[in-house]
Amino acid sequence: MHSIHIPRIQVSFFRNVKFSFERVSKREKTSLSDKQIKSKTGHWQSVVGLEIHAQISSRSKLFSGASTNFGSPVNCNVSFFDAATPGTLPVLNRSCVEAAVLTALALSCKINAVSLFDRKHYFYADLPAGYQITQQRAPIAEDGKLQFQVYTPSIHKKPYLKSSRIKQLQLEQDSGKSLHDSIEKRSLVDLNRAGVPLMELVFEPDLEDGEEAAALVKELCLILLRLNTCSCKMEEGALRVDANVSVHQPSEPLGTRTEIKNIGSIRGVANAIQFEIQRQINILNKGGVVINETRSWDPVYKQTLPMRDKEEKQDYRYMPEPNLPPLRLLIEGQLIPKDAKNLVNVTELQNRIPELPEETRRKLIKQYGLSSESAIQLVNEDQLLQHFIEIMKLEGRDAQMIVNILLIHLLTTLNKNKLSLEKCSVTSATLGEIVDLLQEGRINLLIAKKVLNEVVIGNSKSPSLIVEERKWIQITDEDEITKICADVLKNNQKMVEQYRNGKTKLFDAFVGLVAKHTDQRANMEVVVKKLKMLLQK
Amino acid sequence: MLGSSIRQIGARLRDASVTSSELCEAAVRRAEKIKELNAFVTVTKDVAFDGAQQSNFRFSKGKPIGPLDGVPIAVKDNFCTQGVQTTCASRMLETFNPKYNATVVQNLLDAGAVLLGKCNMDEFAMGSGTVDSFCGPTKNIWRSKFDPSVQKQNASGDGPNSQDRHDWHIAGGSSGGCAVAVASGAVFAALGSDTGGSTRNPAAYCGLVGYKPTYGLLSRHGLIPLVNSMDVPAVLTRTVDDAILVLDTVAGWDAKDSTSIAIDERPACIVNDQNIQNICVGIPTEYHSPGLSEEVLEAWNIVADIFEHAGAKVIQVSLPHTPASIACYSVLNQCEVASNMARYDGIEFGLRSSESESSDELFASSRRKGFGEVVRSRILAGNYFLLQRNYTKYFVQALKVRRLIVNDFERVWSSGVDVLLTPTTLSDAPQYKDFIRLENQQQCVMQDYCTQPVNLAGCPAVSVPIKLSKNGLPISLQLIGKFSDDRMLLSVGRFIEDAVKFPRLNLND
Repeated sequence: MHSIHIPRIQVSFFRNVKFSFERVSKREKTSLSDKQIKSKTGHWQSVVGLEIHAQISSRSKLFSGASTNFGSPVNCNVSFFDAATPGTLPVLNRSCVEAAVLTALALSCKINAVSLFDRKHYFYADLPAGYQITQQRAPIAEDGKLQFQVYTPSIHKKPYLKSSRIKQLQLEQDSGKSLHDSIEKRSLVDLNRAGVPLMELVFEPDLEDGEEAAALVKELCLILLRLNTCSCKMEEGALRVDANVSVHQPSEPLGTRTEIKNIGSIRGVANAIQFEIQRQINILNKGGVVINETRSWDPVYKQTLPMRDKEEKQDYRYMPEPNLPPLRLLIEGQLIPKDAKNLVNVTELQNRIPELPEETRRKLIKQYGLSSESAIQLVNEDQLLQHFIEIMKLEGRDAQMIVNILLIHLLTTLNKNKLSLEKCSVTSATLGEIVDLLQEGRINLLIAKKVLNEVVIGNSKSPSLIVEERKWIQITDEDEITKICADVLKNNQKMVEQYRNGKTKLFDAFVGLVAKHTDQRANMEVVVKKLKMLLQK
Repeated sequence: MLGSSIRQIGARLRDASVTSSELCEAAVRRAEKIKELNAFVTVTKDVAFDGAQQSNFRFSKGKPIGPLDGVPIAVKDNFCTQGVQTTCASRMLETFNPKYNATVVQNLLDAGAVLLGKCNMDEFAMGSGTVDSFCGPTKNIWRSKFDPSVQKQNASGDGPNSQDRHDWHIAGGSSGGCAVAVASGAVFAALGSDTGGSTRNPAAYCGLVGYKPTYGLLSRHGLIPLVNSMDVPAVLTRTVDDAILVLDTVAGWDAKDSTSIAIDERPACIVNDQNIQNICVGIPTEYHSPGLSEEVLEAWNIVADIFEHAGAKVIQVSLPHTPASIACYSVLNQCEVASNMARYDGIEFGLRSSESESSDELFASSRRKGFGEVVRSRILAGNYFLLQRNYTKYFVQALKVRRLIVNDFERVWSSGVDVLLTPTTLSDAPQYKDFIRLENQQQCVMQDYCTQPVNLAGCPAVSVPIKLSKNGLPISLQLIGKFSDDRMLLSVGRFIEDAVKFPRLNLND
């Protein structure tokens, strides 16, 4: 019934709204797709591999009992061990092991029944022990795979499936934070983050551009959130991305790579990588040489810059961590060690894996007949997905209409009011009621948007009551609409003449005038029908 | 009173013929008396008097906690003690005041023991003489002016020439302070640490029982590490029985140390005069090393004979990789040292230099000022071994050799041997002037030869004093037991102790 309007609004929506990470506003749309690179610069091929650090959502640190709470006062989440106080020893946090195993299983990794911890040495003020405990030789899991849909509506016409292999997943400690005060010429150290548990995921260089990398990170976030193993709050540093980027000519070996460190947002991942690819191509086109170096991403100036520290090549002098025995896991079908009663049970964790995003998408398509684009977008915004599922619980509701209300109109309304989805308290029941009013023809889409706006800005009345009070009930009486349409045409004789002389674009203007005349209450479908009829006369 | 065993003094405390406070005062007086031997880095007088007073109260109520209640003890200065400076005999930690107690220290305090002080050692336990300490060397009490036999000789004019200020004997190390504290009677027991022989060696030179438990039996939480994979808190006492009492008090699994193990609950095979004929004593030929002194060899033979006459089976065995042990130990030691010392950068604790040009400069200069030369050279060597290009050649190779040494022991145990009998040291305590002719590394090679393979294997071992040398210095032997078979080992130690009747030092009150 409303299909006429939807495509137009959808286009404008994607251009202007910056809600979800996938959607790019006009101003931000500086990144180039793979195709553009080729047409501009000849056939360079870009290769991208990611290393992702994800803080594990645990209450206490990887090797100590200190809290991991983000935002605690400086140096308040610090145990003796975290400060590397002499004589203290690491004690492995079981829940972190479980989180890593769960994550590894969800990413189809091979779980190692025995893994080891190592010390990685370097001097830094916020690394109190002078080494980080990590898993260099034998990580907890290896050989995984992450499949994901690549779909940035402003760039890709259609979603496509991509996959990246995971080399390894390892447990390690986070470092503290140094704060450099250039005015007082001093550095301050906050150890709250020191020892926070991290999963480091090392991906093979299976990606081609920034959009694929961003899509990988997004899918990983969705999975980790489902597993509840990481908050994925990139703004808090809970998930940090390093990207290895190189370009080469087809048929030639891989080019020299650079590493972009600590990219702090999903769009940043796409932009930083696209910038870096273009930068390397520009250098090579001019006959220059790409230097193997570490670079940082400046999200304000939108460029990668060489990092000054870490210039010297470090030898980390890895050594087995002697204070932690090998980490043994219980895997069904594998040899059970003597003292097996306290081991983390991998098979049991396998059964605890919830439905993963790709499965949800498949269900949405199969069960509700959604397009893959809609399914991708819904799954990307968990709150909208929950609304959808909740609203669909009542039989007879139109799935596509709900999708449109959620993905287009609700988001537009929130954006217009400068509200975020997280802060939106509109319930599924309220949204469902709007859908019902719309579906029953009691209101039209224009009114539905007005009602949405009301509830979004805090009107706590039910949509039906709002419609009733404001007298927003749709005019569906064909005679009444015919009369209004006739009036409008009568009052705009000049335009009618122009229209009849071939300026058919004016039709939309007539529709608009009728809408205005009826306070947008007229059934637009009927209006269109009647106007066409009257104008043909 | 100060020379008695823990059980004897416990009986006196219970029958109220002495109070904990009186005992503590006597102990403090003794510690002051032997001050020039430099056994203590810190004498914790106030902590001790407080502890003794609380102990008095418990005894007056008739409710002492256990056999260690009211008993003065000391710990090596590498065990963290809450509110008491813990220096590791290093300038680096001169001002380090831990906010927690090591688990083994806490266990002693919970048992009512009275902490008399923190004992001198080689810096970060890197040594075998207690000569490389930022507060000077510890001197052996034997053949010192406190040794009654010296006093007698002095009285008759035959005493050692006191003109030479280096004319004294080393206490052994690195737990030399503990050994002198126990030997002098200032404390009844001390906790040392043993990584390559650091407790057995000074015990041997000071005529004490030096017991190195099975790796993991005593928690390392709070023990500032030398080599994590070999360190054990260890016990110095005057008798084997006292060592058992301390073991019972401090041993056990600790959640704070992931390498700690539970006490074996199975009833141990306790060896005594009646069943000694059931055990098999192995004599490893490789321990008959070129530097072994005639007197130690003689003692070794005497004790082997004692076993044989008592009916035990005494056989020669081979631990073929023993000569490779020192090289292996040296690499592993220096690698772990390099790593463990990385935390001393002057930021969170310890010495911080005033250098402020850059953080790298600050680290470098704090470490240069804080560490002695021995420590710095081991850090350098360790970092060299751990370089990516050297790792396989040195570290991995050392691990392989370690496995061979472990296998040597395994093979001997599976052939039916119950305990091994070896020397603890190659001679009696050397004189300081002779000892310091060698570099630290060379000293350790000599001193650790017999003690250090045990640390690579993790087995328990105990050094028991046997007799006095011609110089009037103690000569001791070592018994090595199977992993986790500590009680059986100690019972064999007690059998020897009873048999040899070592003339213990008894200072006049």
